[in-house]
Amino acid sequence: MTDKAVPKGTWVQIQQVILSPGQRAPQVPADTAKVPLVMVTKGFLQKEGRLNDNVAVETLSGRVVEGKLVKILPRFSHDFGDAVPELLAIGPQIRALLEGGEQK
Amino acid sequence: MKDNSYQAVMARSNEIMKKAIGMDYNQFERGQLAFDYQAMMTEAGYSLEEVIAIQKETGVGNTPLYELKNITKLARMTAPKGKGARIFLKDEASNPSGSFKARRAALAVYHAAKHGYKGVVAATSGNYGAAVASQAAIRGLKSIIVQEAFDSRGVYQPEIEEKGRACEAYGAEVLQLSVGPELFYVFLRVLEDTGFFNASLYTPYAIAGVETLGWEIVQQLKDQYSVKPDMVVVTNAGGGNLTGTARGLRKAGSDAVVVGASVDLKGLHMASDQDFNRKSFTTGHTGFGVPFTTWPDRADVPRNAARPLRYLDRYVTITQGEAFYVTELLAQLEGLERGPAGNVSLAAAMSLARELDEDQVLVVQETEYTGAGKHVNAQLSFARKNGIEISVGNPADSVPGKSIILPEHPGLVQAVDLDMDDLRRSYLKRALETLKGAKPLPEDISFLAEDCRVTPEYIESFIKE
Repeated sequence: MTDKAVPKGTWVQIQQVILSPGQRAPQVPADTAKVPLVMVTKGFLQKEGRLNDNVAVETLSGRVVEGKLVKILPRFSHDFGDAVPELLAIGPQIRALLEGGEQK
Repeated sequence: MKDNSYQAVMARSNEIMKKAIGMDYNQFERGQLAFDYQAMMTEAGYSLEEVIAIQKETGVGNTPLYELKNITKLARMTAPKGKGARIFLKDEASNPSGSFKARRAALAVYHAAKHGYKGVVAATSGNYGAAVASQAAIRGLKSIIVQEAFDSRGVYQPEIEEKGRACEAYGAEVLQLSVGPELFYVFLRVLEDTGFFNASLYTPYAIAGVETLGWEIVQQLKDQYSVKPDMVVVTNAGGGNLTGTARGLRKAGSDAVVVGASVDLKGLHMASDQDFNRKSFTTGHTGFGVPFTTWPDRADVPRNAARPLRYLDRYVTITQGEAFYVTELLAQLEGLERGPAGNVSLAAAMSLARELDEDQVLVVQETEYTGAGKHVNAQLSFARKNGIEISVGNPADSVPGKSIILPEHPGLVQAVDLDMDDLRRSYLKRALETLKGAKPLPEDISFLAEDCRVTPEYIESFIKE
């Protein structure tokens, strides 16, 4: 998969290291200073490329931005999560309270 | 060739900003630390009538106002006899991009288009990104949103991932960064590279955009319910929501008590890579609310038009667990499924309502849209995965970054007042530091008095101390 050429025009995500650990702003806390400032963005691949290659993309605003090709047709991974029992208990409890008219 | 190193770009910050806002803030400077706030708001902003017209063009505002009868009933069950105000909710999620931020973006994008800018840039991990992208789409401008989005492991805060997706959906280029204040450096480089407008949240017009919210509350209460607001609770982060709403209330002739509310995130460092995904709220919290209240001029403009101390009557905090709890109540009892960050003021309201009489009117002035990531279940599930302990009990025992406690009874939803005097003194200390030992001029004293709503005598005696 990693060796496969990605066709020109494919929607991809690229990554750039903006500041390496030694270049971080003086006011950042120690844990942040230890790691690089990384930026990702997405766009349409300008020329055929491969994963981890340095490539250029055209973004949705029409700019050309360069970076390392890290994802092809990137997936949105956020969702509604696993069921949370503590949350599920609230509805029934509160309805019983309202119906029973219990005073604190 | 231009030097694009961090130091060089930060050194050109003022010059870049001036071009990207197209407004000379120097014209309002007075004395040594003073500036003419009202003149800035009048001359550089837009009148209420103009704002209403501009927002109408892009479908912003005029959101529904609901009376939350079941939540009111619940609040009364936990209140002393005769107490428990009627709770109303302004459903700002009905705006085009799903939050009140559309009001601010409407003005910023209108202003950018009017002045010939081809595009807009905003540095925001919040709802403002989608608002700017949505308004830019309507007015045919390009948009670029710069977000702080993930930690050094590459793990996204789910809420921010959703907001990034929404920005893309409206056609924006989204630049996502790992944790750190140097995001501002990337923002400056984009402004310089594109010549686009800085759609800052803190310009006079962005704040004027929120005035309609306060105005509509007064009008709708009068027209639909024949009552006036006694108290309005506003979620507070950067201060713009509070400042704009309060100004709108005053313009509509209301003298309602204005209460700011933030989620308590004490102990978590906002620039810490490790703390980043240990919090379940990315806005509406004390990590922004307190520093911006005590020193507004830390924003991406020379003078911040959002100045909460001018308008705040009280400032309260609630815990993450309480905000999640009322989010569930709003869905279960009122049939409104909304995002948790927009419900911070609702949590505070459940508590504050107990202090008011039954015939008094308390308004929660905001909701936000919900969806994958931006959801109470998504956030609690994510928190648990990150090692945060989730339980049911007394939320007052929770520790931000370690535990989230959902109240075992609605009576345990309890807002905690911050000391307004402490906030004012913290502001004054910071203001006087900028003088570097010089003596404040009379206009500085009167500015400081106005800026934290005290008498000049209060300022004089603080300086003596």
